Amino acid sequence: MSTTAQMASNAGEAPVFYLTEDHHPENGTLLGFWLYLMSDCLIFACLFAMYGVLGGSYAAGPGPKELFDLPLVAVNTSMLLLSSITYGFAMLEMQRSNKIPTLIWLFVTGCFGLAFLGIELTEFHHMIAEGAGPQRSAFLSSFFTLVGTHGLHVSFGIIWLVVLMVQVGQRGLTAVNQRRLSCLSLFWHFLDVVWIGVFTFVYLMGVLR
Amino acid sequence: MLALLILLSGCSAVVLKPAGDIAVQQRDLIIISTVLMLLIIVPVIFLSLFFAWRYRASNRDARYEPDWHHSTQLELIIWSAPLLIIIALGALTWITTHTLDPYRPVERLDAARRLPADAKTLDVQVVALDWKWLFIYPGYGIATVNELAAPVDTPIHFTLTASSVMNSFFIPALAGQVYAMPAMQTQLHAVINAPGEFEGFSANYSGAGFSDMKFKFHGLAQADFARWVERVKRDGTALRREDYQQLEKPSVREPVRHYATVDASLFDAIVNLCVDRTKMCMSQMMAIDAQGGIGGLAGIANVANLAYDRPRAIAAGERPRGNYVLSMCSADLVPAAFSSRLAASAAR
Amino acid sequence: MHETANTTSFLFGRLSWDAIPFHEPILLWTFIAVAIGGVALLALITRLGAWGMLWRDWFTSVDHKKIGIMYIVLGVVMLLRGFSDAIMMRIQQAWAFGDSMGYLPPHHYDQIFTAHGVIMIFFVAMPLVVGLMNIVVPLQIGARDVAFPFLNNFSFWMTVAGAVLVMLSLFVGEFAKTGWLAYPPLSGIAYSPDVGVDYYAWSLQIAGVGTLLSGVNFIVTIVKMRAPGMTLMKMPIFTWTALCTNVLIVAAFPVLTAVLALLSLDRYVGTNFFTNDFGGNAMMYVNLIWIWGHPEVYILILPVFGVFSEVVSTFSGKKLFGYASMVYATVVITILSYLVWLHHFFTMGSGASVNSFFGITTMIISIPTGAKMFNWLFTMYRGRIRFEVPMLWAVGFMVTFVVGGMTGVLLAVPPADFVLHNSLFLIAHFHNVIIGGVVFGLFAGINYWFPKAMGFRLDPFWGKVSFWFWLSGYWIAFTPLYVLGLMGVTRRLSHFDDPSLQIWFQIALVGAVLILFGIMAFLVQLYVSIRDRARLRDSSGDPWNGRTLEWSTSSPAPAYNFAFTPRVHEQDAWADMKQRGHRRPTSGFLPIHMPKNTAAGIVLAGLAMACGFALIWHIWWMAGAAFVALVASAIAHTFNSDRDFHIPAEEVARVEGERTRLLAQQV
Repeated sequence: MSTTAQMASNAGEAPVFYLTEDHHPENGTLLGFWLYLMSDCLIFACLFAMYGVLGGSYAAGPGPKELFDLPLVAVNTSMLLLSSITYGFAMLEMQRSNKIPTLIWLFVTGCFGLAFLGIELTEFHHMIAEGAGPQRSAFLSSFFTLVGTHGLHVSFGIIWLVVLMVQVGQRGLTAVNQRRLSCLSLFWHFLDVVWIGVFTFVYLMGVLR
Repeated sequence: MLALLILLSGCSAVVLKPAGDIAVQQRDLIIISTVLMLLIIVPVIFLSLFFAWRYRASNRDARYEPDWHHSTQLELIIWSAPLLIIIALGALTWITTHTLDPYRPVERLDAARRLPADAKTLDVQVVALDWKWLFIYPGYGIATVNELAAPVDTPIHFTLTASSVMNSFFIPALAGQVYAMPAMQTQLHAVINAPGEFEGFSANYSGAGFSDMKFKFHGLAQADFARWVERVKRDGTALRREDYQQLEKPSVREPVRHYATVDASLFDAIVNLCVDRTKMCMSQMMAIDAQGGIGGLAGIANVANLAYDRPRAIAAGERPRGNYVLSMCSADLVPAAFSSRLAASAAR
Repeated sequence: MHETANTTSFLFGRLSWDAIPFHEPILLWTFIAVAIGGVALLALITRLGAWGMLWRDWFTSVDHKKIGIMYIVLGVVMLLRGFSDAIMMRIQQAWAFGDSMGYLPPHHYDQIFTAHGVIMIFFVAMPLVVGLMNIVVPLQIGARDVAFPFLNNFSFWMTVAGAVLVMLSLFVGEFAKTGWLAYPPLSGIAYSPDVGVDYYAWSLQIAGVGTLLSGVNFIVTIVKMRAPGMTLMKMPIFTWTALCTNVLIVAAFPVLTAVLALLSLDRYVGTNFFTNDFGGNAMMYVNLIWIWGHPEVYILILPVFGVFSEVVSTFSGKKLFGYASMVYATVVITILSYLVWLHHFFTMGSGASVNSFFGITTMIISIPTGAKMFNWLFTMYRGRIRFEVPMLWAVGFMVTFVVGGMTGVLLAVPPADFVLHNSLFLIAHFHNVIIGGVVFGLFAGINYWFPKAMGFRLDPFWGKVSFWFWLSGYWIAFTPLYVLGLMGVTRRLSHFDDPSLQIWFQIALVGAVLILFGIMAFLVQLYVSIRDRARLRDSSGDPWNGRTLEWSTSSPAPAYNFAFTPRVHEQDAWADMKQRGHRRPTSGFLPIHMPKNTAAGIVLAGLAMACGFALIWHIWWMAGAAFVALVASAIAHTFNSDRDFHIPAEEVARVEGERTRLLAQQV
């Protein structure tokens, strides 16, 4: 490719209009996945906007101060943050081509993810049992939807994680699997970032306001 | 062609021939903007046709310059010509959007007359119901359904809401429209300059009875208006909350109704979704919310007294499915509502 | 007894025989006609033994050209449905005056105008636009396929799944009676308890996933897969507009997904996002849906601007005037389209400053649009214009579209909008830009690129007949609507009292009939062209003396598009190659690496559709099963590593040799 470029720039000579060797464009998967994440980010942006508008409409019902259990949410947040760190370790091992340590770290990540989901579901269950379900007020509708959508993403992340663990186990750290692990890594960290937003705007500001 | 057609329809185009000062100003704005834009549209259309004809392939006299594709001067012109027009139009927009803001009280009666210092404003509270209009005159303690009247050359201040879904309150001869939305309140200021009978309607689709959601707006001379108020008071009944709850049930082609007395808090209750006294008013709910919700979890049970939205009852507007289409073909299947309309028009 | 009722409702949810409109003659006869037509079509395919061919070569194909053609077939089929709705409305409005109620009761009429809008935007304009991009973009940038060929196939089938759900609502249950954007509270469960809005929401959700993925796909394709030497500022203008459109898709469709999901939650779970009570806020829906809705307009119009740029330049035999300013104009429109959404509801009572901000940003869009218009004009200037069918559409567009642009700017002036909002003037305006812009452009594009896709040109005579019917039909159908708008007539009415309006509606009906003739002429054009394909054959690969790379390969393009990847030096790469005497390589072919066909797309989309149908009818077991199956098949697909193959060098040599022979015959 570089040779043809040089030939073309030589003035006077007939320009080269075709590549004679095989042309392989750069793989676009990561760019594509980034674009998908950005679009997902917009979905969260809409949900945040809804929460921003409706977050104060308690419909003469309970507000964040009565409902949120900050210590529990703090534990929950640490689960997700730790899972991001362990995913990072998995990626480091992947780059060193160590299959078994990669799988172990992925497993640890998945466990943290499950712990996060478990705590979130406990919290939801507790609120619904008290009568503060998503139907109770616009505030609760937007709360459950925002946090629940994030939880749904984490659930899919865990399913994806399991699938990739199986694939890595079967086929090893092939180029395809490495690319997939990188995509999931992006996804997982993205969810972490979104959660930091949720934790700050929904929980902290809700309780401290 | 468009201009020609507009001229042809000029006699009945109410938007171009309104009777209220706000609508007149809006009409003027439409015309000025159109003329401003025609400055560029007409040459473009002309040039499109002219170039297409002049540079047709069969015309070998025309110059052909296949490589001519750039000219800085021309580029400057083609960006700056629309820019200049938009600057002019943008300035006009900024000014008129502020002066003709529906929330802004009118400042003149018409182009020639300023608002007298002692001018009294007529307040009208408008409620868009399923599929009719309720007008409350708080200053007179009266109300009407599907009939609106106002004295000429008197500023009118409308306060608008709706009972169930979004509607748009529009009297083209008087002024532009504003949405009437449930649990919310919007406003419109206007003035009518000529006596007459004008069309008013909902301009935002609101369900099955939407097509018939019309009313007559009467511009009346001061004395006539006083007489009209008297008549409403004389032949009207009372509009209490219970009557309103009956009235708001879905119905179509509701006849004009007059109410001689109105519950003074009715409009407020409608906006706050608490005409039914067992319901908590939105204002009360919002006051509680502003405190950060109800302390403890006591408020969780506040459900029944907040629920408002409920399915529209099957009413005259929704006929049972089926017969209607067939009615084209066989007369004996004409449904009841259909024949009642025929009877009504025959009576007219 | 109670037991059976429970079992039935468990098995079928809300679905029952009552949902089938046996008692509506119009629907019943439509159903019978569709059923007969469908059975006949299926029988014909069976008789021709074409099922295997269809499945192998088309349904499971990942070839962007074939997917593009399938998109266009979908768009044309749905155009017939959308237009039937249109002409039914026109008949009703021309008829239902005074004592005559017309023939459509409100509950039917209201479904029709909702379906018309939804179908025309989502299932006619979108598939046609995406179809053209599919066929053309990879060819224009010298690529062998899109970046994610499987995803492309999946996107297409998701669009089909959405379209099928909408069509199903005609015969099973009913469609929304809310207007095409389904504003709450009217579209909420309290005021629309039946399945219509659910059909609306799920069909758009499913099709929306397809559109979003295809947007991602095209951005990556254009960013990563351009032929060497094709810098951004040497990209063909259609590719530029496609890039901007796909950026808009990726940035706008998630908002639609989110807002429809929230509406569905209100309807299914009983949340309070857009309800009147419990602190809901319906105005948020209106804002969010227009944050998607306004960019959507530009998603449709930008590629069409690209089509006109290619067509005007080709048929004027000239380089496009002001390429750079065309690109900048496109980018400016892309950005500005996000800053104008509020102009769709000035009448909601925002303050004067907010209204004038959005009004003025809207007007500013007319500056780059105006610049584009002038660029086309000066491309024609000192050209040598051949009035082939695509060029006719282009001139028709220029004359028609500016009027729509003008009325659009007029509507952007808030106080003027107060009197024109929701009126038939507004209807006339957006049909002016969508028919006069998008539809004209799509027909120009279809006529222009048809030989590239199919290997033969479309018959010009019937193309011209179609053009003139459409052009005159548009003006006769919609000019009366402008007038009616000025007479203060609002939209979506199914009955009128004032007899003086009737004549205008009757004129509009005449226009609609002319448009019907235009559509029929287009179908005849297709038929005649297929019949006479030998006469119309394009053996050169370059029937219009084109300027961009797609014309450098054969018609139809081979599966691999280019035997050798082109190397680009200038804008209008193919014109440059022709001018500087390129020689087509006839030896030294290499094996070409290509993606394999897969059935995964059609399976996944089928499951998504089943899931959507089950959700609409509250058949929970089926929804759950379909969803689990959907996830499982998606996972299974990721285990499939047999995804590509090589076209052997001998095969490439054979195909290219054939082309060499054809080209030699030409001279």
